[in-house]
Amino acid sequence: MISPYPAVTLIAVLFGALTIAGGLVWAERRLLALWQDRYGPNRVGPFGLMQTLADMIKLFFKEDWVPPFADKWVFIMAPAIVMFTVLMSFVVVPFAPGIIISDLNIAVLFFLGMSSLGVYSIVLAGWASDNKYALLGGMRAAAQMLSYEVFMGLSLMGTVLLAGSFDLVDIVNAQRHMWFVVPQFLGFVLFMIAGIAETRRLPFDLPESESELVAGFHSEYSGMKFGMFFVGEYIGILLVSSMITVLFFGGWRGPVLPPIVWYFIKTCFFLGFFILLRAALPRPRFDQLMAWGWKLMLPLSLANLLVTGAVKLAFFH
Amino acid sequence: MPLVASTTVLDELQEKFGPAAIIPQPTRDSIPTFWTPKEKVREVIGFLKNEIAEPYKMLYDLTVIDERVRTHRDGQPESSSTVVYHLLSFDRNQYIRIKVPLTADRLSLPTITSVFPAANWYEREAWDMFGVVFEGHPHLVRILMPRTWKGHPLRKDHPARATEMGPYQLDEKKEGREQEALQFKPEEWGMQTSHGGADYMFLNVGPQHPGTHGVLRIILQLDGEQIVDAVPDIGYHHRGAEKMGERQTWHTYIPYTDRVDYLSGVINNFAYLTAVEKLADIQVPPRAQVIRVMMAELYRIISHLVWYGTFAQDVGQLSPVFYTFNDRERALGIVEAVCGARMHPNWFRIGGVAQDLPVGWEQMFHDFIAYLPSKLREYDHEIMENRIFKGRTVGVGVITKDEAIEWGVTGPNLRATGLEWDFRKKQPYSVYDQFQFDVPTAQGGDCYARAQVRVEEMRQSLRIVEQCVNNMPGGPYKSDSPLATPPNKNYTMHDIETLITHFLSVSWGPVIPPGEALGAIEASKGNNGYYLVSDGSTNSYRTRIRTPSFPHLQILPRTCRGLIVSDLLAILGSFDYVLADVDR
Repeated sequence: MISPYPAVTLIAVLFGALTIAGGLVWAERRLLALWQDRYGPNRVGPFGLMQTLADMIKLFFKEDWVPPFADKWVFIMAPAIVMFTVLMSFVVVPFAPGIIISDLNIAVLFFLGMSSLGVYSIVLAGWASDNKYALLGGMRAAAQMLSYEVFMGLSLMGTVLLAGSFDLVDIVNAQRHMWFVVPQFLGFVLFMIAGIAETRRLPFDLPESESELVAGFHSEYSGMKFGMFFVGEYIGILLVSSMITVLFFGGWRGPVLPPIVWYFIKTCFFLGFFILLRAALPRPRFDQLMAWGWKLMLPLSLANLLVTGAVKLAFFH
Repeated sequence: MPLVASTTVLDELQEKFGPAAIIPQPTRDSIPTFWTPKEKVREVIGFLKNEIAEPYKMLYDLTVIDERVRTHRDGQPESSSTVVYHLLSFDRNQYIRIKVPLTADRLSLPTITSVFPAANWYEREAWDMFGVVFEGHPHLVRILMPRTWKGHPLRKDHPARATEMGPYQLDEKKEGREQEALQFKPEEWGMQTSHGGADYMFLNVGPQHPGTHGVLRIILQLDGEQIVDAVPDIGYHHRGAEKMGERQTWHTYIPYTDRVDYLSGVINNFAYLTAVEKLADIQVPPRAQVIRVMMAELYRIISHLVWYGTFAQDVGQLSPVFYTFNDRERALGIVEAVCGARMHPNWFRIGGVAQDLPVGWEQMFHDFIAYLPSKLREYDHEIMENRIFKGRTVGVGVITKDEAIEWGVTGPNLRATGLEWDFRKKQPYSVYDQFQFDVPTAQGGDCYARAQVRVEEMRQSLRIVEQCVNNMPGGPYKSDSPLATPPNKNYTMHDIETLITHFLSVSWGPVIPPGEALGAIEASKGNNGYYLVSDGSTNSYRTRIRTPSFPHLQILPRTCRGLIVSDLLAILGSFDYVLADVDR
């Protein structure tokens, strides 16, 4: 079910993802402003829509600066890694029938693998900056992302079991009669929490935690190198929202409207939810976060997998 | 105000140390004041803290007066510089003032850090500002001025203005020296640089840091993310407020007080004028009193709203700061209508307030009183009942009741340890004894308890404001005392004597009779006291500002040892200090 014009799809997805990430920056700032009784960016273009573009131009024209004490090549590589891994994950996302770059039969594993690689970006950035705040941020990132990755993978296995495939298109098609959020509600909640942790968003923004670590792992970054972390974060949110839609909410499936529209509606709902979380919650402490991950989330995802497997064996085998 | 010294504590002290070692001095504020030689000071203070019945458990303040150009000393013992200790007894509900005379050739006396560990920073400040050496002090270095500073700024022979000091130049060599002086040396503070084969990390938090709420530098000794020890480095916000007090007239100093705790506006005026009016023996008319209380309580709410939002932000909650600042904006709107300014109202005057209340003020207050309670309930749900917020604050940064008293902690931070002690109730100043309000306390002394106290205090302040609005007396808004400022003008165009008095009082300012007085009030952050010495002139001879934030920062290292960096930020937020209030 690959599109007849793969190059077109590729370019559309690449620019689509980047543009939506840019729009997301604007949407987040406007929504946060709405919830926080203020205006947000409303000067550049209609409704301030051009704000992100203006910011991007500014970032492009800033001096491309590497601190003299930093480990130069690692410092430059780090932001590229996050962009690379997040964008690579979009290769396997089925937006609608025929709109997918590569219909891999191990798509779920590919997604998990790519998001695991993403942690290198943060850790290396923290390390290469040779800044104590960045180092603390990098350390926190390594611990947090590694622990949340464990049950991120496990939380998906129930879905994989039900669909009987690692292929995301098969998973979407397996939700013909019922969205997986119903049988896999626990899996959905766990995946969503892990997803927020993977994208380092409040309440899981400990690697950055601006009130404690100034800017955490990217304290020393400026210009477009900072921009890559920034955009990478938003593409990450888009990716996680897409994955939630695909894995638990029937992907493009829906009545009347065209499939791609359904995909967008569902994804936007989760994008909005991500932003709402940021407006609402405080930040837990590092050790609390770890305890929560290992002592609560991991056992829960294991239990979810066990029960799903048992039910599948007993009734559907 | 009686000019007599209290007898009971005098008897006890003279019985113990003999009449020659304890010489009483009458003061305007009727706080028992005694002179004692420097050889005896440690014993006297140790006796007052540990042995006497109903002891003086808190070192309230420690400062110095440079006596060299003072004319009205009225039989006080010979002294070149006088070290002044203020202690506070919670059992007696009474201050005591101990003075130690020093001679010009040897400005030194024994430290009292072994009796009161809280004297550490105060003695450093006294050394920094006056050059008084405290023998046996654990680490007597400058605290407010840069390490490279020459001279002691509060001495009378030190210039007060930049124009008296010659042009400032920063060449490369000097810049290097200044940089060098800022370098933190762990050995100097008795810290180890490594432990068990692993190096500690020394992390500079500040002077520019989003979590320190101003120019504060804290050097952390870290083992991983765990705090082994912390050294607060203050003085970056020092503006010489006390020195300015000696240059400005009694009247023109009022706007400077606004800027000490810049979030609390008129509360600063209140403390300063309480002291001035004690010195001048001015009775403030009832309407002015109630206006003062009303505005002070409004500012308490304003200050607490700033704290509420920023504290939530310190633990990572992004939104509340916008809500509380919106509410504060409403309150500042009222302040603006009444005072014409917002953060620095400069509204109180000697003997009253600057003007009468504007037309329509009642409605503005009624609107605010109706508006705020529902918002506070909303924030309770959003912040105080939030589980992540509780997880970050409950049991973090605990100060016990004894510790709080030992280290000079006052205000909400003291009440969070369970001690119901509010100077508005215990030592009612102005007309606070005529209002009904509760003193909220909390148990545990942790960050959460401190938050609970402040949140409840906003409701109580609102109660007081409401009582003020409903019971505002009529009559003048300023005393008709000739020392009130600006003086009444009713008769100036009718007879020459009044015209001359008015002219002098406006152009030179009032001449406040010689004497000493402490005006200490319950400010939004704790006990704020102005200890003023008048030499019978148009300006103060010595203005000492005892601020609550100073001791609150001194206790910081004790509260954060063994915790992690995130906790430090929660603790800082819960203390509710203002850097200008620390450094003055």
